Amino acid sequence: MNKNVLIRLNGICKSFDGETILDHINLEIHNKEFITLLGPSGCGKTTTLRIIGGFETPDEGDVFFDGKRINDIPPYQRQVNTVFQRYALFPHLNVFDNIAFGLRIQKCPDAQIREKVKEMLALVNLRGFERRRVNTLSGGQQQRVAIARALVNQPKVLLLDEPLAALDLKLRKDMQNELKNIQHQTGITFIYVTHDQEEALSMSDTVVVMAHGKIQQIGTPTDIYNEPINAFVADFIGESNIVDGVMLADYRVKLAGHTFDCVDSGFEANEPVDVVIRPEDVDVVPVEKGMLSGLVTGVTFKGVHYEIIVDVKGFKWMIQTTDFVAEGETIGLSIDPDAFHIMKKSEFSGMFGDYSSFSDELEKLSDATEEIDEE
Amino acid sequence: MKFLSKFYIGLVFLILYAPILVVILFSFNKSGNLSYFSTFTLDWYIELFEDKEALNALKNSLILAITSSIIATIIGTLAAFGISRAKNRYYRQTLESVANIPMMNPDIVTGVSMMLLFVGVGAIVGAKSTLGFWTMLIAHTTFNLPYVILQVLPKFRQMDKNLTEAALDLGCTPMQTFFRVELPSIMPGIVSGLMMSFTLSLDDFVISHFVSSPDFKTLPLYIYTQTAHEVKFSMYALCTLMIIAIMLLLIAVNVAGSMGERRALKKARGH
Repeated sequence: MNKNVLIRLNGICKSFDGETILDHINLEIHNKEFITLLGPSGCGKTTTLRIIGGFETPDEGDVFFDGKRINDIPPYQRQVNTVFQRYALFPHLNVFDNIAFGLRIQKCPDAQIREKVKEMLALVNLRGFERRRVNTLSGGQQQRVAIARALVNQPKVLLLDEPLAALDLKLRKDMQNELKNIQHQTGITFIYVTHDQEEALSMSDTVVVMAHGKIQQIGTPTDIYNEPINAFVADFIGESNIVDGVMLADYRVKLAGHTFDCVDSGFEANEPVDVVIRPEDVDVVPVEKGMLSGLVTGVTFKGVHYEIIVDVKGFKWMIQTTDFVAEGETIGLSIDPDAFHIMKKSEFSGMFGDYSSFSDELEKLSDATEEIDEE
Repeated sequence: MKFLSKFYIGLVFLILYAPILVVILFSFNKSGNLSYFSTFTLDWYIELFEDKEALNALKNSLILAITSSIIATIIGTLAAFGISRAKNRYYRQTLESVANIPMMNPDIVTGVSMMLLFVGVGAIVGAKSTLGFWTMLIAHTTFNLPYVILQVLPKFRQMDKNLTEAALDLGCTPMQTFFRVELPSIMPGIVSGLMMSFTLSLDDFVISHFVSSPDFKTLPLYIYTQTAHEVKFSMYALCTLMIIAIMLLLIAVNVAGSMGERRALKKARGH
């Protein structure tokens, strides 16, 4: 066994009111790692975090910390601290007393408390805020206090439950960088929960994609993006066209009535597969030069590029291109062999990857309501 | 329209406060007669402070109100804590309703049934005289209890559940969590429950009437026995003093509250 493993989840199951939330979760978390649990709401990521924090006990399976089983250890005896989504600062205490809370419980001498709190305030850029009441602070400042309050106890692991979800976009970007810096400086293991795939990709060493109470894929951000294991992961991480295909032989895939060269192998002859093509990997060419051709049905200007929806034999593709094409135009598409990523069929096949009902706003709206549901 | 609404508010307050004003006015009436006001005097106040029996009743009332309200607040707060933690929803709702019913119960029913209980238990254990301070204390604590629960329970419910978890997360045992985090959050409910119990206990007559004995008389009971003859004018003086005391208490609580807020704001602006 890897000596570096700090936390190990072994066959964790959990259900609430007969509904399965976690279904045999196995996960190893390494020391000093920045690991992100990523998934849509209801996928079990927060429950996993709460089990590590000690706020829920698993119905089945074991939690190991540093090799010791900690299923029955209450939260106040665990070497982990949590940053809660809604901060959960103590309203009757000022900034200093909030941060000093954990140290006071440990009966630290006063001089040491003052020094450590000062250090923490410097770390989270809140020098001079000691005497402020927490309800006079902005959301971003409150979040920093919450982080300082957790970190001052020098936990082995910091659990962060969607800590940036309540902040606006600009602040969220700044805090992402800051969190990453803090993790580097302190060398503490971060377990981060989010439903924001961009956040997960930009901050983590390891991403754990979850859906329906199961872990779908564990890997580095580049692995997860470039080599998604199934249609769910491919769709959840970034934009993807997921097309039904047939693996004719090694390095030969047939889709949309055309046979392409690709770089994947190891499938049976004529095995039906899901093929992922990222929108940025498709080149727009004149019809006669294209491997496929299709009708442009929608064009959206995105600043850096245009996002166009192309109807290829009834399947709508999303393509990102810097060349302007007009709606109603017929264009050719050219795809390089290494742009194809072939996946085995899974329970998620056919559920994602078609852009016929695509709408940016709709997606954002449903995200927002999901967030509220999770409360 | 504006005039009408002002007039209406004025009328409501007049009706509310007229009886109190009459008492205050006549406590300074030299004539000693309710039909006319002669000249201003403090005679009745002097008489009051020479009336040993009245002062003793006042002392009894205060002792009883303070002890019963404190005991009721402690028991009620713990009860609210337990009710708020009950996992089963039906169990919790049942507990809440059971705790509320004594408030709806007519005082006369509570009073009679308590008397029967105390006398009955007294007979069983063979005590000579059961009724007195202790039965009064039990009775007052009992009828105060639902009011405390009513004030404190919503505070437990409004409290951010994450606060409890955050405290546990930072190393507090459940006991430390209660005293360091939960208690400060529910303090406003506890204070209003305490004040409510205090005033309820201070002016209770019906229940006290049934469970008291002649050697422990509270102020309402004493005033009532006075009315059998003729209400002494010194009683008006006593009522006036109590009204003033309660007003001062209310003002103090409000001022302290707003001062605390202002100080917090000032502190916040100072940086």
